[in-house]
Amino acid sequence: MQLSAMGELSVLVGGRAGDGINSAGLVVAHLFSQIGYRTYMYFDYPSLIKGGHNFAIVRASPEKKGAFRRKVDFILALNQDTLDMHRDLVGEGTLVICDSSRVETDGICVPVPDILKGEKAPPVMGNSCIIGAFARAAGIRWEVLEDVFSRYYRKGLEMNLKVARRGYDMASEHAVVPERDSTPLPIVSGNEAIGLGLLHGGLDAFVAYPMTPTSNLLHFLAEIAEEAGILVFHPENEIAVMLMALGLGYAGKKTAVGTSGGGFCLMTEGLSLSGMNEVPVVIVLGQRAGPSTGMPTYTAQSDLNFALHAGQGEFPRLVVAPGDPEQAFTWSSLALRLAWRYQVPAIVLCDKTLCEGYFSFSPPVAAVPHVDLAPAGTPGPSYMRYLLTGDGVSPLLCPPAPDTVIKVNSYTHDEAGITTEKAETASLMTEKRVRKGKALEDGLASLPVVSLSGDVGAGKTIVCWGSTAGVCGEAGLELGLRVVQPIVMSPFPKDKFLEATRGSEELVVVEENAYGQLGMLLARSGIRANAAVLKYDGRPFAVEELKARLLEVLS
Amino acid sequence: MKGRDLVTGAQNTWCPGCGNFVIQFALRDAIRSAVEGGCDPDSIVLVTGIGCHAKMADYLNINSFYSIHGRTIPVATAIKMADPELSVICCAGDGDAYAEGLDHLIFAAKRNSDITVIVHNNRVYGLTTGQYTPTSPLGFRGRSTPGGTREEPFNPLEVMLSSGATFVARGCTRKRKELGEVIGEAIRHRGFAFVDVLQVCASYFDATDVYDRFVYVLDGHDASDFDAAWRKAREWDYNSESPIAIGTFYRAVRPTLEERLGVPWGRERDTEGVIAKVLEARR
Repeated sequence: MQLSAMGELSVLVGGRAGDGINSAGLVVAHLFSQIGYRTYMYFDYPSLIKGGHNFAIVRASPEKKGAFRRKVDFILALNQDTLDMHRDLVGEGTLVICDSSRVETDGICVPVPDILKGEKAPPVMGNSCIIGAFARAAGIRWEVLEDVFSRYYRKGLEMNLKVARRGYDMASEHAVVPERDSTPLPIVSGNEAIGLGLLHGGLDAFVAYPMTPTSNLLHFLAEIAEEAGILVFHPENEIAVMLMALGLGYAGKKTAVGTSGGGFCLMTEGLSLSGMNEVPVVIVLGQRAGPSTGMPTYTAQSDLNFALHAGQGEFPRLVVAPGDPEQAFTWSSLALRLAWRYQVPAIVLCDKTLCEGYFSFSPPVAAVPHVDLAPAGTPGPSYMRYLLTGDGVSPLLCPPAPDTVIKVNSYTHDEAGITTEKAETASLMTEKRVRKGKALEDGLASLPVVSLSGDVGAGKTIVCWGSTAGVCGEAGLELGLRVVQPIVMSPFPKDKFLEATRGSEELVVVEENAYGQLGMLLARSGIRANAAVLKYDGRPFAVEELKARLLEVLS
Repeated sequence: MKGRDLVTGAQNTWCPGCGNFVIQFALRDAIRSAVEGGCDPDSIVLVTGIGCHAKMADYLNINSFYSIHGRTIPVATAIKMADPELSVICCAGDGDAYAEGLDHLIFAAKRNSDITVIVHNNRVYGLTTGQYTPTSPLGFRGRSTPGGTREEPFNPLEVMLSSGATFVARGCTRKRKELGEVIGEAIRHRGFAFVDVLQVCASYFDATDVYDRFVYVLDGHDASDFDAAWRKAREWDYNSESPIAIGTFYRAVRPTLEERLGVPWGRERDTEGVIAKVLEARR
């Protein structure tokens, strides 16, 4: 085996649901991380608990990547499907390491059940055996594997190591993946990056009803809630989720919720309420393939229009679409701060690829720009929750405040929060909300709302949003294209976008949806793209696939 | 703040003869006695839904969250979690609590969230001008059911008893004194307190005669006896003409949601330390 010209390699790990493919992939990612590589892992699984075919593609490279390529150097096969279904990933020199009891092929075949039986280990440890064999085949030192296992397995470490050692001893060294002189980075999922970003922004509470692809955000925050001193609550449905978030927000707790499109449908009445009663909330909206139940465990970017327009009436909102874990951390944090600064709902629009992908992560803790919270009101009988101000933002108080009545209201209301249907007040209050939106726009001006990558001086530009930023960045570099990714989608940063695309004579929009929703958004700002590359099969673009599609449309 | 005027200057738009006036006075009086008993009025939060009842948020001069239809209870539950020192009262309509938001009502009882839910049960949609609700009698002729409803009402007391509510009571706007008493008791109850208030709707369902004929005050009833409460709750099915008891049907002690959650507020936080630790574990 030879490393590619870019000094990188990829590993496919596949098996049945229940074989622990996700964690096996993650262990492989950590093996590479420990020897100085940056890793990315894509995990593909159907919506079922046992059976079916799961696979992970782990990519190791000197620099961070956010996409997979269509050739793997190693295949770790725990079932026959791993070979039969991924023939397109096999190239010259691809080495298969498999469980000989389940897979027939050439390569390093390990009698996993015999080894497990010999060690009296449970079937779930089968993948440790294969990983052991892989480590040997890839020339990864045993000490590296031991180190990774000892961090990864809290339970059954000794047994896992024994089983891995049997696999290690049975395999022969096929190549030596050179160790690199880089300090290992943490490997996090997009969900974890979002959760950490929310914490960094000052999160007090997280409320969610489980739904792929953000269930793991709920699990992650629930796991660390005690230590982090936050409240994590899982109520009866997404309607309750959203209303609870607003109840917590009214009482001063900075709250976020997590969901996907179907749950967000139920939240829209609460979203509109937040627009009207000005109680801030952050919604982490993880997209997946729709409409309706769609393909629950597969990716999509088809809820941009929904996020931009959900909820009756007109009100300002912040919509951000991070494209990698660093952006996810930064913008989850900023979304929380900005929502509380301008008292608006904020949506962190992500997708299955980002949420459930794993990435080497450089925590941008110190780099997140500071955003103040809303000005505090002065307690007393004259306090008015909806005081009309120049920028539309009213000083905020939460109960209990001495001698103070704090009224929030879903009806059109006056400054004190009392219902009104007076024409003049209705206009004034609408204009207040419009001014708030403008203030939010001004507040965003100093923030990195548009990301520029690829060949930044090129005359041809890929425009993308969300998780496709990774694959576009890579394709852009290889094809000599500029890559412009608006991170803030609402209020749309038109000026910053025009600045980033200045001098570009050709714009190609890349999106994982069928209607070209970013293209529509650009058109509303008078920006016309020359072509669109769209994909809507639930799978993220592979680098080669995107490059080929781009070459079809570029002049 | 003592001596606060508990009524705002907002113009009252309830119909003459509306049962909501009686509930407003009963609630105001209950709040006043709570304040006299040492409760800080700044720590009271009223949550209302949408409907005639909900104007209470405009009329009472206390903290309020004027929510949307059916969604008082999740808001109230969350406010209580956010600050267990707050005293949280929901005023909901029967359309709110029994139709649009029935799930929330059942779950609040199940969780024993320490909030008080007062259902203004006039057994008709008033603000939308006269349609049947979950507690309208069979055959009720409303504007959406001109031929009469084809479904029986359900009994909210039975729903609450079987959902785990630790305080279940009924009042009637024709009995103001008793109504004030059960509301006061409900507010004082530690745990989920539910009061179904049979309310006269002067415009769309004036059941004054029925209530005057059949309502009686519970006497000698042991509210700690679940089976007795169940029997009393089943005495009237919200449909036929039979004796209608008012008062406290059931009262029990069970740990509240907030006690069980042990909410984390006020504890020292080391957010950046936690972030660093999480990342280190993933290195």
